[in-house]
Amino acid sequence: MHPVLKLLTQRIALSLILLLMISVLIFAGTMILPGDVAQSILGQSATPEALENLRAELGLNDPPVTRYFQWFFGALQGDLGTALTSGQDITSAIGSRLSNTLFLAFWAALIAVPLAIFLGLLSVRYKDRWPDKLISGVTLASISIPEFLIGYVLMYLVAVKLRWFPSVAMINDSMNLWQKLNSIALPVAVLTLVVLAHMMRMTRAAILNVMQSAYIETAELKGLSTFKVIWRHAFPNSIAPIVNVVMLNLAYLVVGVVVIEVVFVYPGMGQYLVDHVSKRDVPVVQACGLIFAAVYIGLNMVADIVSILSNPRLRHPK
Amino acid sequence: MNDYLKHLAQEAALGRMGRREFLGRAAALGVTALGANTLLASAAKAAGPQAGGTLRVGLQGGSTTDSMDPALATNQVALSVIRLWGEPLVELAEDGGLDGMVAESFEASADAKTWTFKIRSGITFSNGKAVTAEDVVATMERHSGEDTKSGALGIMRSITKVSADGDNVVFELDSPNADLPYLLTDYHLVIQPNGGKDDPAAAIGTGAYVMKAVDMGVRFVAEKNPNYWGDLGNAETIEYVVINDNTARVAALQAGQVDMIDRVPPRTAKLVDRAPNITVHSTAGPGHYVFIAHCDTDPFANNDVRMALKYGINREELVDKILNGFGSVGNDSPINASYPLFTAAEQRTYDPDKAKFHMKKSGYDGSILLRTSDNSFPGAPDAAALFQQSLAAAGIELEIKREPNDGYWSEVWNKQPFCTSYWGGRPTQDQMFTTAYLSTADWNDTRFNNEQFDQMLIAARGELDNAKRTQMYADMSDMVRNEGGLICPMFNDFVDATSDKVDGWVDGVKGHALMNAYAPLKMWVKA
Amino acid sequence: MKNIPVSALIGLFFTALYFLGAIFAPLLAPYGMAEVVGDVWEPSSADYLLGTDNIGRDLLSRMIYGGRTTIFIATVATIISFTTGSILGIFAAVAGGWVDQTLSRFVDLIMSIPTLIFALVVLSVTPVTVPMLILVMGLLDSTRVFRLARAVAVDIEVMDFVEAARLRGERTVWIIFREILPNALSPLVAEMGLRFIFMVLFVSTLSFLGLGVQPPEADWGGIVKENKDGIVYGIPAALIPAFAIATLAISVNLVADWVLNRTTSLKGGRG
Repeated sequence: MHPVLKLLTQRIALSLILLLMISVLIFAGTMILPGDVAQSILGQSATPEALENLRAELGLNDPPVTRYFQWFFGALQGDLGTALTSGQDITSAIGSRLSNTLFLAFWAALIAVPLAIFLGLLSVRYKDRWPDKLISGVTLASISIPEFLIGYVLMYLVAVKLRWFPSVAMINDSMNLWQKLNSIALPVAVLTLVVLAHMMRMTRAAILNVMQSAYIETAELKGLSTFKVIWRHAFPNSIAPIVNVVMLNLAYLVVGVVVIEVVFVYPGMGQYLVDHVSKRDVPVVQACGLIFAAVYIGLNMVADIVSILSNPRLRHPK
Repeated sequence: MNDYLKHLAQEAALGRMGRREFLGRAAALGVTALGANTLLASAAKAAGPQAGGTLRVGLQGGSTTDSMDPALATNQVALSVIRLWGEPLVELAEDGGLDGMVAESFEASADAKTWTFKIRSGITFSNGKAVTAEDVVATMERHSGEDTKSGALGIMRSITKVSADGDNVVFELDSPNADLPYLLTDYHLVIQPNGGKDDPAAAIGTGAYVMKAVDMGVRFVAEKNPNYWGDLGNAETIEYVVINDNTARVAALQAGQVDMIDRVPPRTAKLVDRAPNITVHSTAGPGHYVFIAHCDTDPFANNDVRMALKYGINREELVDKILNGFGSVGNDSPINASYPLFTAAEQRTYDPDKAKFHMKKSGYDGSILLRTSDNSFPGAPDAAALFQQSLAAAGIELEIKREPNDGYWSEVWNKQPFCTSYWGGRPTQDQMFTTAYLSTADWNDTRFNNEQFDQMLIAARGELDNAKRTQMYADMSDMVRNEGGLICPMFNDFVDATSDKVDGWVDGVKGHALMNAYAPLKMWVKA
Repeated sequence: MKNIPVSALIGLFFTALYFLGAIFAPLLAPYGMAEVVGDVWEPSSADYLLGTDNIGRDLLSRMIYGGRTTIFIATVATIISFTTGSILGIFAAVAGGWVDQTLSRFVDLIMSIPTLIFALVVLSVTPVTVPMLILVMGLLDSTRVFRLARAVAVDIEVMDFVEAARLRGERTVWIIFREILPNALSPLVAEMGLRFIFMVLFVSTLSFLGLGVQPPEADWGGIVKENKDGIVYGIPAALIPAFAIATLAISVNLVADWVLNRTTSLKGGRG
């Protein structure tokens, strides 16, 4: 078997075990948190009788181990159960939320990743000259301003003053692709600004790290243009750190955008998870947690494999 | 000239002229802004509601975990949604009186222990079924049964029996209560077919609208119910959008994506009002932002410590800086002028010397730990910081501990001896006191335990002489003010805003925000 | 040291300025951190150079004290995250086999638990103190550094010079610190500059959960949050701390760039 294939199968098997461990950890974590779902549902209007009745109805009086296994065997059969708070079917509710999240992440990534790498290459090409400094300054400033603030400023300028795009990125099934893209324009712009700097700076640093190597000198002496040297010779050899940082940021686009979702009222997974964590709705937290975990594990695996494939010495170990 | 002005007002009311333009022209004619506004309001009323169109509302407080079951409704969004499709027996009128909804009329026995409600004849649920007295009985049963999980259980406790008698529903109480109809305005108690026992979350009721799309915590769409019995509801379609972020909600109104919003942050309300096409409405209400101390826990068990804290708080400053003037100063009692039988007591003011005096008298000289979090009320940590400063001037050391938002209501409020909190208030004194100050109340969050108070509260319920009852409530309010653990610096106004695309706002409606959550139904979209 | 470029000088100057401001905060601040001195959101004046904040405290004083909290927490947390992450990452790459597998999968595990749940659980079982806060932030963040360090080190580990060192019989520690670390330094330094910024922002996220600094203390991100309502009406109180974070970020990274230059030239090649 090819070593990469072997690694792949090994990693997938390990991932399943990891997911199992994560489900236990998240379950235990949610149990440790004070308060329970019955109390959160009834809120300030909770009377002891109502609480007790609701707990019995939701099966909260069973021991945690029983509840975990009930959930586990259900999940094995593809049944994630129903939300304790709203009684909705979790699979369908998460389905639409997840597709919204991936929709937003996809368009943000589609703009941000190529742009970041291009800007990274550009600043290596013009190292220490004004384009490099300008790119660095702008991206650093955008990454260091809290994301909600960028959101507010864009919302005020673009949505309220200019009225180019809506301030509320509400999307629903009755909209066509163009309408959807129009309504997510602002969140995509903010997310792009937020993830751009990290990837761009890593591209720049990683390429600079190999620019001193002998083969680059050879390439330059062959008379290749600077940009060609960077793109054809330096970039492929600095893939490993770049791809790792790109994956981190892709994971962020899927998992970490709750602030942007709140600011732009976007119905994604982040808000859904936060709401259910605060209500201690364990089955929903489990389902969201596992999806997020799978995203991380999957992306990390892709990063590792791309790193191996990009390095001939790793691709063909002695 | 008067006719010309009236003509202008009419034009403005019909939306052919901007409000600002009208005010400008009226001013040119020598009319004061106040007079012009009144004129405009009456012209708007005369122009009358216009049917049709889509009215969009941005609301705060919804969550993806909400349920459509009215028994589990806890926030403004859930309440507003219920208003669309369902109705209780009776409802608070705009002036604080009562309007019949599912019940046409009601009357009490002489001792106020038995109440009879006559069901409106010929009305149907949105599924076509006729409304019967049995449906009402079933609804009350669902909210009060042994196994209920309803948020209305607390107010259903004093009702011993509900029975149907032809078109009438008879409520029997364990003790006299002159306020029963007020209790039944509770938004959990909307009448559902067979009490909602079959499908509690079906959203079928007698309301003016029928739900078309429901996405919890995100968006709700409702269309006019063609068979509605009453005259509520002007727009053809009403759309609620849940926008929990303050800045985003205001921006959505300014960008024209919604026509009205609730909870404009007070700090920026004046700036929002300055924007063209937007009017901010402020309505005094019974909600109060408070600091609550447990009367049975040291050091707060000593009334002098509590008095020191009451004298050590600068109420005006808090109203100024936390509410930016959109509210009124509190007087350490949960009752204010928005209650029907209110009498004002002498206003307690900030007095560092008296605070120092009481603190010295108490013999306690340690620091005091106050727990707070952002979701106890908007700006609570800031209010705590201001309280810390005003107490420092009296030589009292306050230590602030910010608790996580998550779990604040389950772990800190009603558990820790001193924390920041919020009360939405209730329609009547009896209900407010019964909920939080009766020594046996579940939410006696100040651990107020006063036998005389408890007795007076029960006695007042059965007192049908309003003058005597008013005096009793004044005395009880004073007891809380002088002995209780409630430090109430301020009552917050409901601050809502509407765009000039809609009309029909009525000032001063009691109950909840947005005209007791009826603004979407009572206002209309200008043609 | 004689050939420091202008950009690095600017970076050094501002970084030093902020750090000094943090250290001598009580001497520099005109008012107390919690002292209410004026009205809400007063514009800047001779008395209050940057104006006042959302409840009438002097913004300049809050910025100075806030900078102290922010810079201290972010610096220590970055150092922890960095040393733990990079050393373990390189170690995993060099050791290979099951050591690498165990460490890497453990990192996967930690990374994939949503930060919110992680923070809330930690918060509910431990007392919230500043050292605890720094430790949690540093360790959570070190997983990200670990991944990067390992990826870079795996590439270097298969180079001829590392193999030569192994054949010479050098110990693992020697290989890590003398062969791999110097060659992996530039992406790591670039990452460190950014990690520092993420830490500054992370503190304010945690404050929001109740895990951060306690009021009336505040960090810069927290000051932005306190004043955010005014932002769309042209009240600059929220922009000032945001500006401070941005300039700090840029300065630290200008310094990082300069260090990066020096590390790349350290490796020999063309000077």
